[in-house]
Amino acid sequence: MPVPLLELEGVEARYGAIRALHGITIQVGEREVVSVLGANGAGKTTTLRAISGTVRRSGGLRFDGKPLPRAPEAVARLGIAHVPEGRGTFAELTVDENLQLGAFVRRDRTGYERDYEEVLAQFPWIGERRHQQAGTLSGGEQQMLALARAFIGRPRLILVDEPSLGLAPLIVQQLFDVLRSWIDEHGMSALVVEQNANVALEHSERAYVLEVGRVAVEGSADELRGNETVRKSYLGY
Amino acid sequence: MADVLQQVVSGIASGGVYALLALALVLIYRSTGVVNFAQGEMAMFSTFICWELLDRGVPYWVAFFLTLAISFVGGVLIERLVIHVVSRAQALTVVTVTIGLLILLNGAAAWIWKGEQRTLENPFPSRTFDVGGVVIAAQDIGIIAVSLAVVAVLWVFFQKTRVGLAARAAALNPESSRLHGVRVSWMLALGWGLAAVLGAVAGILVAPTQGSFDQNFMLPILIFAFAAAVLGGLDSPIGAVVGGVAVGIALNLIGTYIDFFSDLRLPAALLLILLILLLRPNGLFGRQIARRV
Amino acid sequence: MTALRYALRAAGLALFVAVVVYVPFRISDFRSSEFALIGIYFIAILGLNILTGYTGAISLGHGAFMAIGAYTTAILVADHGMRDLWTIAIAGLVAAAAGTAFGLPALRLSGPYLALATFGIAVATPIVIKKFDGFTGGSGGINLFEAEGITGLPEFVVTLPGGHQLSFNDWLYYLTWTIALVLFVVAWGIHHSRLGRSLRAIRDNELAAAASGVWLASHKTLAFTLSAFYAGVAGALLAISAFSVQPGAFPVERSIALVVGLAVGGLGSLAPLVAGAAFLVFLPQWAQDISKAPGVPSVIYGVVLILLMMVLPMGVGGLLRRIGSPLTSRLYRRS
Repeated sequence: MPVPLLELEGVEARYGAIRALHGITIQVGEREVVSVLGANGAGKTTTLRAISGTVRRSGGLRFDGKPLPRAPEAVARLGIAHVPEGRGTFAELTVDENLQLGAFVRRDRTGYERDYEEVLAQFPWIGERRHQQAGTLSGGEQQMLALARAFIGRPRLILVDEPSLGLAPLIVQQLFDVLRSWIDEHGMSALVVEQNANVALEHSERAYVLEVGRVAVEGSADELRGNETVRKSYLGY
Repeated sequence: MADVLQQVVSGIASGGVYALLALALVLIYRSTGVVNFAQGEMAMFSTFICWELLDRGVPYWVAFFLTLAISFVGGVLIERLVIHVVSRAQALTVVTVTIGLLILLNGAAAWIWKGEQRTLENPFPSRTFDVGGVVIAAQDIGIIAVSLAVVAVLWVFFQKTRVGLAARAAALNPESSRLHGVRVSWMLALGWGLAAVLGAVAGILVAPTQGSFDQNFMLPILIFAFAAAVLGGLDSPIGAVVGGVAVGIALNLIGTYIDFFSDLRLPAALLLILLILLLRPNGLFGRQIARRV
Repeated sequence: MTALRYALRAAGLALFVAVVVYVPFRISDFRSSEFALIGIYFIAILGLNILTGYTGAISLGHGAFMAIGAYTTAILVADHGMRDLWTIAIAGLVAAAAGTAFGLPALRLSGPYLALATFGIAVATPIVIKKFDGFTGGSGGINLFEAEGITGLPEFVVTLPGGHQLSFNDWLYYLTWTIALVLFVVAWGIHHSRLGRSLRAIRDNELAAAASGVWLASHKTLAFTLSAFYAGVAGALLAISAFSVQPGAFPVERSIALVVGLAVGGLGSLAPLVAGAAFLVFLPQWAQDISKAPGVPSVIYGVVLILLMMVLPMGVGGLLRRIGSPLTSRLYRRS
């Protein structure tokens, strides 16, 4: 068994005195999309924050077999891009400047140009609005920009928090298609937190279902979709 | 008319100095949310360092840039060692720390340089130019030129470089910046370093114009710079420059033409600014943070 | 509040009063005048605490309200023959009126913008005082030595049963501390009153407070008014203790000192603010005792202040709260 790209073992996390994660154990391998599902408050967002270092956590976290650093900046430099809920848009900066920030972690100029072209191909509107203030974009556009920012840093792992939130189904499909293309063509992996289990399972290889800060169910996407009990109890459909 | 123009031009020159110091205040306020009451004393200390270098025979422009470099390091150290520690504390605590810094630097300068009056070399010739009846001092042109150059360099840094973009991002959205690998706390230190450089330039430019200076020479200038920064909007660099020039011109005109106010120059200027603030509570170019209720 | 808490508070207050009464018997005459000054600063800082503690506004101009109070007393005593003691309350009211006048427009300003506005007042005050010299005596100020309204005189001596002598400085001490204790109880009373609760609600969540029907503007102006009253009283006492007022007695440094005193004492505390006042009086002296070389006392003062803020960002009051809370939480039953 090759060492998984990302490994969480017994990870706990707290917000002040409140414990949000009670021992999470999940893995993400190379070239796969893994979903994290569950009800509100189950700890999905906190799991992503624990990985990127934006919340205090303890336990075993390993990336490429080596322990994850604590500082978010260091985690980002290792090649983990976190697209947070709220999208993290730099509202006062232009679309172009937002993308340049996404590429901050990388050093190569020519690679950036090439990937910029690819981003334009996938989100053509960016080419037309490069000098527009990012804060004036619509929700869907900001989400796409957030994903583009993450991608253009050429991460090995993308963490996406609720990509479908507040977006029309067509756009959501588009987002997931783009994500899938990155996985397939550029060898990235993705860990996606989603409320909309149906869409998520459709586009993932595997999934974990969280409940009250613990992993309740795990398996391949097909297994989970096929299991009526799981669907009814945990996924709401 | 020529008289007025003359006053305006020399007002622009003194305004340039206020603008530099105001820019320093804005830079720090935008990045760390702190009003650095010690900015003037930091500038004063830098000016003394320049004096010390010149006194030891260092050529002027070498001393100038060496002072800037030392000031940059000083600013970074102050942020890392002092400000960073209290950065999460309430506003009152941070204000008090900068006040403590003010007192400390003033005392240190008095101690090291014995509180005596010193004179700083003037790099600009003392000649004047006659432009259509308006007499303009070469010194004023020199000050305006250097101020413009510094502002331009800063602009290029922030708008056109990778680190400058990261610094702006760190001030606007520190959380998101971290997620993109930006070491936000070092960006803040960078802000303090650059602000210290701005202050140093301001001090070095203005000291020769006052004949002689001692450790208290920057205090009134800080007050004017503070007023200029607030007038322009504490989060607006453009505002700092516009505010600085406006304050410079206004002070000159008030002092020269309104006799009753000539020793009330400072309160008059402040009153003017207060009135403007009542109309625009966030300064001329400041961002309106929506408050209903 | 439970009966136990009230009892503890009352006991604390009684202890405080007892200490205040007893102190002059144990210290030298000169020290009495210093402690009187501490009392004066304590009053001013209590007032500033009302403003900053409830509205978050940092005022760099409360020295101006002290000046207003001081000049009110001086003018009433010197030009109108009023007894100095009666002028204290009037001085407070005049300063309060000025506070209201300033507070109303100041409401539109926030944070550093407000700080600049108050700073402008502080800077302008000595200059304006000098300018309107027909009224204020200009740079020379007003002298109260010959005035008939003065109660305490430098030659004042009272011999108590038991032989101890109370001097003029002791009289000054008791005057300032009596007023300080009264105002301290008033501040405490405000905090626990309905007004205090509204003010605290605004401080904690403006939007929610407004939605619950609290008038923001009037409450914030009130905070300004009250804090100016306290400063005015402090200024009046300063005039009485110095037998004079001059514009030079109210430089910007005085306003800044009040802010420093508040930070050191602890924003939001009451009794610990005495520590802030003591800091303002004793630290400069202590620094001078260490070295009189030019600039060195300032260096010491600055370093101590910075270190103090780094170690105790919430001031002495904050420290006491941190130490006290595990102790007192055991005393109080949780409901």
